[in-house]
Amino acid sequence: MSLIDRRTVLKTGTAAAALVAAPAYLRAQAGAVKVGILQPVTGALAQDGELGRTGAEAAINEINSSGGLKSLGGAKIEMVFGDARSNPEAGTQEVERMQAEGVVAIVGGFASPICLAATQAAARYELPYIVDVGVSDQITSRGLKNTFRFGPGFGIVTGTAVENLTKLNDAAGRPAKTVVLVHEDQLFGSGLAKLMQNELPKRGFEILDTIAHPTPARDMSNIALRIRSLNPDLVIPSSYYNEFVLLARTMQQQRIRPKGVYAVLNGAASNYRFVKEFPDAAANVMDCNHWHDPRNPKAVAVKKQVDDAGKLWAYNVPLNYSCVMLLADAIERAGSADRGKIIEALAATSGAFKAHIMPYGDTRFVNGQNQGAGPVNTQVQGNDIKVIFPESFADAKPVFPARG
Amino acid sequence: MYAPAIVAEAFLNGLLTGSVYALIALGLTLVYGVLHIINFAHGALLTGAMFAVWAAHAGLGLDPYLAIPLLTPLFFALGYALQRFVIGPASHGSESNILLVTLGLAIIIENALLATFRSDTRTLATDYGFQSVEFGPLILSKPRLIGFAAAVLVTILLWLVLAHSDTGKAIRAVAKEKLGARLVGIDVGHVYAVTFGLGCACLAIAACLLMPTFYVNPRVGNAFVLVAFTIVVLGGMSSVPGALLGALFVGVVESLSGLYFGDSLGQLGIFLIFILVLLVRPTGLFGAKA
Amino acid sequence: MTARDLLPIAVAVALTALVPLFVTTNTVLNFLVLVLIVALAAQGWNILGGFGGQFSFGHAAFFGTGAYATAILQTRFGVNAWAGFALGVAAGALAGWIIGYLSFRSGLRGSYFALVTLAFAEVFRILANAAEVTGGAAGMLIKLDMRPANFQFASRAVFFWVALALVAAALVLTRGIECSRFGARLVAIRENEEAAQALGVDTLRTKLAAITLSAGVTAASGCLYAQYFLFVDAQIAYGTWISVEALLAPIIGGAGTAFGPLIGALSLHALGEIAKLFAGRVPGIDLALFGCLLVAAVAFAPEGILGLARRTRPRLKPAAG
Repeated sequence: MSLIDRRTVLKTGTAAAALVAAPAYLRAQAGAVKVGILQPVTGALAQDGELGRTGAEAAINEINSSGGLKSLGGAKIEMVFGDARSNPEAGTQEVERMQAEGVVAIVGGFASPICLAATQAAARYELPYIVDVGVSDQITSRGLKNTFRFGPGFGIVTGTAVENLTKLNDAAGRPAKTVVLVHEDQLFGSGLAKLMQNELPKRGFEILDTIAHPTPARDMSNIALRIRSLNPDLVIPSSYYNEFVLLARTMQQQRIRPKGVYAVLNGAASNYRFVKEFPDAAANVMDCNHWHDPRNPKAVAVKKQVDDAGKLWAYNVPLNYSCVMLLADAIERAGSADRGKIIEALAATSGAFKAHIMPYGDTRFVNGQNQGAGPVNTQVQGNDIKVIFPESFADAKPVFPARG
Repeated sequence: MYAPAIVAEAFLNGLLTGSVYALIALGLTLVYGVLHIINFAHGALLTGAMFAVWAAHAGLGLDPYLAIPLLTPLFFALGYALQRFVIGPASHGSESNILLVTLGLAIIIENALLATFRSDTRTLATDYGFQSVEFGPLILSKPRLIGFAAAVLVTILLWLVLAHSDTGKAIRAVAKEKLGARLVGIDVGHVYAVTFGLGCACLAIAACLLMPTFYVNPRVGNAFVLVAFTIVVLGGMSSVPGALLGALFVGVVESLSGLYFGDSLGQLGIFLIFILVLLVRPTGLFGAKA
Repeated sequence: MTARDLLPIAVAVALTALVPLFVTTNTVLNFLVLVLIVALAAQGWNILGGFGGQFSFGHAAFFGTGAYATAILQTRFGVNAWAGFALGVAAGALAGWIIGYLSFRSGLRGSYFALVTLAFAEVFRILANAAEVTGGAAGMLIKLDMRPANFQFASRAVFFWVALALVAAALVLTRGIECSRFGARLVAIRENEEAAQALGVDTLRTKLAAITLSAGVTAASGCLYAQYFLFVDAQIAYGTWISVEALLAPIIGGAGTAFGPLIGALSLHALGEIAKLFAGRVPGIDLALFGCLLVAAVAFAPEGILGLARRTRPRLKPAAG
């Protein structure tokens, strides 16, 4: 009996000691600002989610190791990570969990359906939400006050892609006249194809064929075959990574060598794995996509850091890095972790925000959309991915036509 | 609309693609015919086999074709063990429970692969990956031609085994009449496991033939599952030659409708044919009359 | 159907309805709304699959038709959301009747029926992804306007009650079927279709009625999904995920019982959330664990959770007495 008593006393004593110690512990925790990072790291979009997380973590680590949030007395950022499991339902549930854990804002989402559901759920709590990729223009057209997108939407990307293609072709003396469009049949590919069908003929291109394919696709032989029979000057693919890899490999095998391959928001043409594994198939492929600013030393440093960690670098990394930096900048300007003030500060972001590493103009939000955002043109040159357009950000000259 | 050479090449491409479908469908049709279950884990097992091929190449420098003699018995053993020690005991012989167990297995395999290999898409480079064979105006991929020959060979072998070996006879006996087979002293649990093992062995061969021209990531198998189901039905469930013919048929239909209607709507052709066949002739195009 | 038959439903629903009064965090409410949406889809499946023994792998066809119908009616034709809901249910039921007519007329059963429903759902998915009226691949967004008249509620609790009311209605419907001659005919078909036919059951008519009801209930779930997330695309509406959820929940809970789908949906999603607690730095571990739990659940409760409860009860009684 005495033994039991002593044990009980001991237990109570420990608990009491813990209680006494608690305030100090709580104070340390209260100092941290919680930020929700929402990415699909399982399911169909797992690869993109992983890349996005890499970028967000890089930014958070950098902020924390350089003194935290200064206007909040050096408060650290604490990441609350949520796996959206590649579907809107799980994304919403994670937003609710993050809200319950007291995050001051959420960054991420990646896919448009997840972003649409997550921003709407966050709007119930006036919880600031920064969309990292989600290109659907519906995301920022719903009048949700809490929603911001730092990157470009669908309209801007496709419009720029057509503009830049025209300029590129004109500058080279118009070598390309005939075009075949290859696109995945989801939101992006289909929308792009529709726009191209309207715009390209006005700019002196003849569209020989438009080929849609599902994702995932099992075989690209027939698409390659059609391209071979039509023999276009230019192939414009807009597909995800796996399908483009299949297409590029099949085209190489079938010895299809158009004057140019001009991809739009293509997973592969801006992916180092593709460049490394299939240098011949990747050579001179152009892409109009999100990409970091190669002239920005900060961007180069972040990229080196990610490379050194043995991780893959793709556009999701600098975009998420920049979105977290944007949030940190807004919190600094708000001088508070209050949601309403952060939203106000985000909306008031100007060209003074320089901590991002994207090749964008001055940041300015209209209805939550960053007006300075836009894609750039990249090209695979000498086993590296170079920016070739616009000139203000370029670190290489375009090689076009690629094969005369 | 297209030159005859193009149509001919699309036709041949369809046959080449179809031959790999055949290997995937063979496993499914065998398991269906004997165990009368629809195996939801089939796609995930294919993904596992493809990762095994990739890992053998990346880790041991083993050529995908040379991996066939290594991985085929390995996957046979894996399939045998899965049926004998997991699916069989966990499902208590109820069809709906087998569904759940194979679904659970699919979730486990897919996510274990995700945790192990991460979400990256991986490919492997071989000397012959880009080689092609020319017949006049036709350019055909060499690894895919090899795949075709191997698939046909495996189908014939499997058919011979089922038709003439003692194990094959036992499998057919169980497929026809489980109770009777048990009464004449056939170990039904063992036969089930052998069948499941054979299905997995086919997947391993399919993976070895696919990898020189395809990629692998933790979800890649899903792309082949639905099409494999349609083949099993078209070929007449549980028929080995039916699976081969059904697969070649689906490959060609997919290829030609892809050529004329685009790959997106081309998929529609397969499912519509599938529905029509089911509604009009549920024993399949090549199956025996019920 | 007597008051005694309805009593368990009334008690269960009344108790569940009290949840928002005690649990104020939306994490739980949002979770429960998702569970109710899945449960409703599963209740639909249960009428055909659980009672009638006709396993469908393609209930997405009905879920999606309900979701798209209500979204299209609201955004393109300005129909009121509640009317859109009713019409969505009707559209789903019609889709069920058509698919049922085609497949049952051809005498499809078992795996063949399962696969043909799967194929129909896939055809719908491909068409919805390409068609103009469904917004194509971009999907459809229902205008955000949080007013009860629009079937949108600022409070998660209110939506929870609406979803619960629908699930309760489906419970009553299921119990009604259980107690009716129609239900008896359905079970007879499940146990032995030839025998049922020999006893004079019009099997085609019975199965058609079952698939129509089944599709209508699952379509209601689709409408609910559309109203909750205000967004539908082809992958969400006609994707295999909901077909799998709709059949998984009743089998886990206890197929052919009124409460099976609800209990199954709740247990499955609770397992999913529990597995998340073990999610570390490495993605996939939690879902792999979920898969292991699923297999274990089947191994230890082969007749579903309700079956397990039924099995253990007689053993407990003598011990207590």
